[in-house]
Amino acid sequence: MAQIELRQVEKRFGDFQAVQPIDLTIEDGEFVVLLGPSGCGKTTTLRMISGLEAVSGGKIFIGDRDVTWRDPADRDIAFVFQLYALYPHMTVEKNIIFPLEAEKASKEVIQSRLKHVVDLLQIKHILRQKPGSLSGGDKQRVALGRALVRKPSVFLMDEPLGALDADFRETMRAEIRKLHIAENATTVYVTHDQVEAMAMGDRIVVMSDAVVQQVGTPHDVYYDPSNLFVARFIGSPGMNLVEGAYSDGMVHLPGDNQYDVPDRWRPALEKHLSGENVILGFRPEGAHANETGELSAEVYASDLHGAFNMMHVALEEENVDAVVHIRGERGSGHEIGDDIRFNLDSEMVRFFDPVTEQAILLEATS
Amino acid sequence: MTEVILKDITKRFKTVTAVDGVSFEITDGEFFVLLGPTGAGKTTTLRLIAGLEKLDSGSILFDGQVMNDLTPASRDVAMVFQQYSLYPNMTVYDNLAFPLRSPVNKLLEDEIRRRVEEACEILRITHLIERKTAHLSGGEMQRVSIGRAIVREPRLFLMDEPLSNLDAKLREALRVELEHIQKTQGSTTLFVTHDQVEALTMADRIGVLLEGKLVQLGDPNEIYDRPATIYVAQLVGTPRINLMKAERDNGLLHVEDSPIRIPFEGHEGEVPVSCQLGVRPEDIQPDSDGQFTGEIVLTEPLGVETVLHIKCGEQTLLSTQSGITHWHYGDEIRFNIVRQRLHFFDEEGSRI
Repeated sequence: MAQIELRQVEKRFGDFQAVQPIDLTIEDGEFVVLLGPSGCGKTTTLRMISGLEAVSGGKIFIGDRDVTWRDPADRDIAFVFQLYALYPHMTVEKNIIFPLEAEKASKEVIQSRLKHVVDLLQIKHILRQKPGSLSGGDKQRVALGRALVRKPSVFLMDEPLGALDADFRETMRAEIRKLHIAENATTVYVTHDQVEAMAMGDRIVVMSDAVVQQVGTPHDVYYDPSNLFVARFIGSPGMNLVEGAYSDGMVHLPGDNQYDVPDRWRPALEKHLSGENVILGFRPEGAHANETGELSAEVYASDLHGAFNMMHVALEEENVDAVVHIRGERGSGHEIGDDIRFNLDSEMVRFFDPVTEQAILLEATS
Repeated sequence: MTEVILKDITKRFKTVTAVDGVSFEITDGEFFVLLGPTGAGKTTTLRLIAGLEKLDSGSILFDGQVMNDLTPASRDVAMVFQQYSLYPNMTVYDNLAFPLRSPVNKLLEDEIRRRVEEACEILRITHLIERKTAHLSGGEMQRVSIGRAIVREPRLFLMDEPLSNLDAKLREALRVELEHIQKTQGSTTLFVTHDQVEALTMADRIGVLLEGKLVQLGDPNEIYDRPATIYVAQLVGTPRINLMKAERDNGLLHVEDSPIRIPFEGHEGEVPVSCQLGVRPEDIQPDSDGQFTGEIVLTEPLGVETVLHIKCGEQTLLSTQSGITHWHYGDEIRFNIVRQRLHFFDEEGSRI
């Protein structure tokens, strides 16, 4: 197993900067997800770690070795792609042991590794079949098996679940994660799906426009996004963000609403805001409908999400930019057009500067 | 608008019965969602209502009038599809005005303008009105497609997976918007989808279709709380409902492959000795004094909720908690199961 370190790694294609210089250390045994919309540079970053793409600058270390200019084959990595890349004419068993045979491993080693992988993935019943007859999920299991059998230091996965349907993706997501817990191999996983990233990552590297926006645990990127991009991108729906003027400890929001800023936030707002306005942010579960709540709004839509209700409320009548989402108990009985009041959990409010789009950080209490 | 009644409608394609004796009503102003997997007969049902397919038997009534032999044009329905089918070189205004300028409609340009402007306002695309549709984003194009249906002021809206081509964030936003528009305009709508989230969130009522047959009809709460079959129970809700084999013995339910024993409360006569037990993930609740003990084998912090995978004996149960929790894999967890919300299914998979 191994730690991966990127030092000022960047990539240019001609004049186009695909990845701005990144510093990132992925710990031994860690599962790190590179997340972002298409074109953000996440796959290019993964390909540079793998050696399939040369860096335009910076250095890459795997373990203690500088692998920046090593061949992919000499980096001790295994790659799992969205496309299964199995040999159609070979049985599942042959597909899995192929990398070991190519390395001329002994029969004993091959048999014991094969057994380990087959038990782990529970694919004993399909060993004699050929890939063509397998379901999408089984093909992906075989592809994983072929990667696992070599016991590489590092796993690199590029949207391996992208081709599966929604239900199955959830099952495979949990399987890959359990596999990681069992094997504890350092893993770098690329996806554009924030749900997948949240569910799977020990840490998430959120990228946009070739730049790393934030590196953090799912808890960090969800509750403490470093900027508006991360706040919007993470969560479904994204973080509620409403702009208002700030003065004397109050945020003046649409619909004559006033939000009394918790005392501990005031010094930071007064010190760091670039202008008069501030963006108030909170997650749907950070708001609670309450008859005596300090904010008022009109119900814009209200819908059942199974275990809970999501209420979409407009702080100002028919102002779609001032619609916020509130997680509520089922059967709250609010209809479209109803006036409601709600409170914000003071521990869960966040603030952003509308000019810089950066989160305002709480002043350290000394 | 219009009240729609389907009476025992059937449609066959050669040897396949695509729609098999389906009956339901869409009341005036209702948002009715047909939910089912690919090939269930949803789109065929929609096309039968539109008049694009001919019935083999049964009848379709709009406000009491039989529609069976009427042409699509004379049924006065408007359709929105997954594909936008806009004229790329026309402006948004002309795309919306085009269907109204047909000589059949005999509308004055003033009336056309009024309708187009109103539709743009409802859909919040007034700022795009002079743009050519080729320059719009996917979400904007789908709004224009919906606008083309709205300007016609039809008796009935038929929507076939209109949100499926959009990315997750846009789909979510447009879902809320569609729900709001439909409710405030009171337009009778049939919406077809394979996505249970769309069905639960938007529908007044849902019809679940499987292999051409209507397997359940009800409002979202009924479908979620009282699924008629195991199939429906698994179709709605993410993560999926926990399903376990259980046996009833001496007033206790024994859950197979686990130490879980639940006092059986109810009429013993109604539940067979062996049955399938369904428990929604939110009904498995961590509690430091909980009756059951398990080990957390996986946590999935999705954001608005966290999914805990709890191993108890050989069973792995999924439990959902609000927000991101402090639980970690390897933790021991005590939990309770909400007894009032157990679901029982018989051998055939029907709700007991």
